[in-house]
Amino acid sequence: MSVVTLTIDEKLVSAQAGKTVLDAAREAGIDIPTLCHLEGLTPRGGCRLCLVEMEGNPRLLASCVTQVQEGMIIRTHTERIVKYRKMMIELLLAERNHVCAVCVMNGHCELQAMAAKLGVDHVRYDYLNPALAMDASHERNVRDPNRCILCARCVRVCDEVEGAHCLDMMGRGIHCNVITGMNQPWGKAKSCTACGKCVQVCPTGALFKQGATVAEMEKQHDFLIWILDGRDKKIWHWSRQ
Amino acid sequence: MTTQNSKVRLATTWFGGCAGCHMSFLDLDERLIDVLGLVDIVFGPVVDIKKFPDNVDVTLIEGAVANSDHVKEAREIRRKSKIVISFGDCAVTGNVPAMRNALKIDDVLTAVYAEGPGKSPPSGELLDIMPVLLPKVLPVHQVIPVDLYLPGCPPNPDRIFAAVAALLKGEPVTLPEEMRSFG
Repeated sequence: MSVVTLTIDEKLVSAQAGKTVLDAAREAGIDIPTLCHLEGLTPRGGCRLCLVEMEGNPRLLASCVTQVQEGMIIRTHTERIVKYRKMMIELLLAERNHVCAVCVMNGHCELQAMAAKLGVDHVRYDYLNPALAMDASHERNVRDPNRCILCARCVRVCDEVEGAHCLDMMGRGIHCNVITGMNQPWGKAKSCTACGKCVQVCPTGALFKQGATVAEMEKQHDFLIWILDGRDKKIWHWSRQ
Repeated sequence: MTTQNSKVRLATTWFGGCAGCHMSFLDLDERLIDVLGLVDIVFGPVVDIKKFPDNVDVTLIEGAVANSDHVKEAREIRRKSKIVISFGDCAVTGNVPAMRNALKIDDVLTAVYAEGPGKSPPSGELLDIMPVLLPKVLPVHQVIPVDLYLPGCPPNPDRIFAAVAALLKGEPVTLPEEMRSFG
C-alpha cells in the first residue's frame, strides 16, 4: 500500500493512503478531540470536534472523514478551531438537559470530561430545556434523550456490529432524535436483541442499564475491538471490570 | 482591595440551591483558619448580617437565579462587589433547580403546594410578600456579569481552596482540568 507524507502541526507525518487525517494525527501522537468517533465503527463526522484547518482550503474539515493526501498541511489547534470546539461543547450542553449532578454517568461521561478538557466552565448560550420523555419500557436498558448528543454511536453499533438496526435517527435539526424500532417504545421493538452494545458505546447517560442511579453507570467500549478483530489482535477474552 | 486591617472582604450568598456549596466551603476544615486569617466574611448564610454591605472584594454566589428576589440581590451584589464568582453548578448552569424549566410555573406551584400531602398553605395574601418565580431558572451569568466560574456539585474543598488561594495572592485563577468539571 502506498504511503503519503503530510504535515500536521508543523510535523512531517507518514500515513498509509486511504487513512484519515484523524488516524494519522493520533498515530503521530497528536491529540484531536472527538466525541462521535469510536474505533470499530464507521466514522460519521457528526460531532465536529475533530475539525482541522487545511492550508489552501477556506473550509474546516472533519478530520475523521478526511483522507490523507500527499503534501497536505494540517493544523489541529489553531486559535479559531480551539474557539469553535468550545462553542460546540457549549451548544451541546445548551441543546438538551445535561444535568451532570443527577446523571447516571456523572464522573464517567465523555461529554463532561470533554467540557473540562477543553476548558468549558460555563455556557454562553441560552439553555433550551426541552421537555423530552425517557423510555424505560425495555427490560434491560433505558433511553434518556435528555442526555443525548446525537453522536449515533448506538445507531452505528446496532446496525454495523449487531446487525439488528433497531436504533435509528428521526427528524431533522432541533427535532432530531434517536428512535427504537421505527419509533415504538423500546420494550415493544421486536428488532432489539437486548445485546446492550448500544449502551456500552454511548458516551453519555443517554443509554444506561435499568436500575442504575446517579454516577453508577460506567461503560466500556473496548469490547468492540474484541468482537471485531480480537482474533487478529489475539484478544481471546474480554471481561468487564 | 482591603480594609484598614488589610483583610479581603468576602461575601457569600445562597440563591436557588441546596447549601451544599456552602457545606463544601466549610469542609475546607483547618484550611478555614488560614483563609479566615486573610479574609473577613462580611455577608452570607454563615454570618448574621441582614443587608449586603458596600465595598465587598469578592462575592461567592451559590445557587441559580430562580425568583425576583434573586434578581434584585444579584444586581445589588454586582454593584457592590469587585469580583463575583459563580459558585457551584446551580450558579454556573442552573443545574437541578433549572430542571423545572421544561414545566409551566403554575403547574409546578400547584403540584408542590396544592396537590401534595397535607393542608395547602393560604394563598392570595402570600402573593404580595412572596418573591415571584421566574418563568425560567437562570444561571447567574445570564443575569449579571460574572468574573469567575467554579463548577462542581458541589465544588470540592480543594477546588474552592485553589480558587480562593489564587485570588488572595492576586494571581489569575486557572483551575486544572480535573478541577473544572461539572457535576
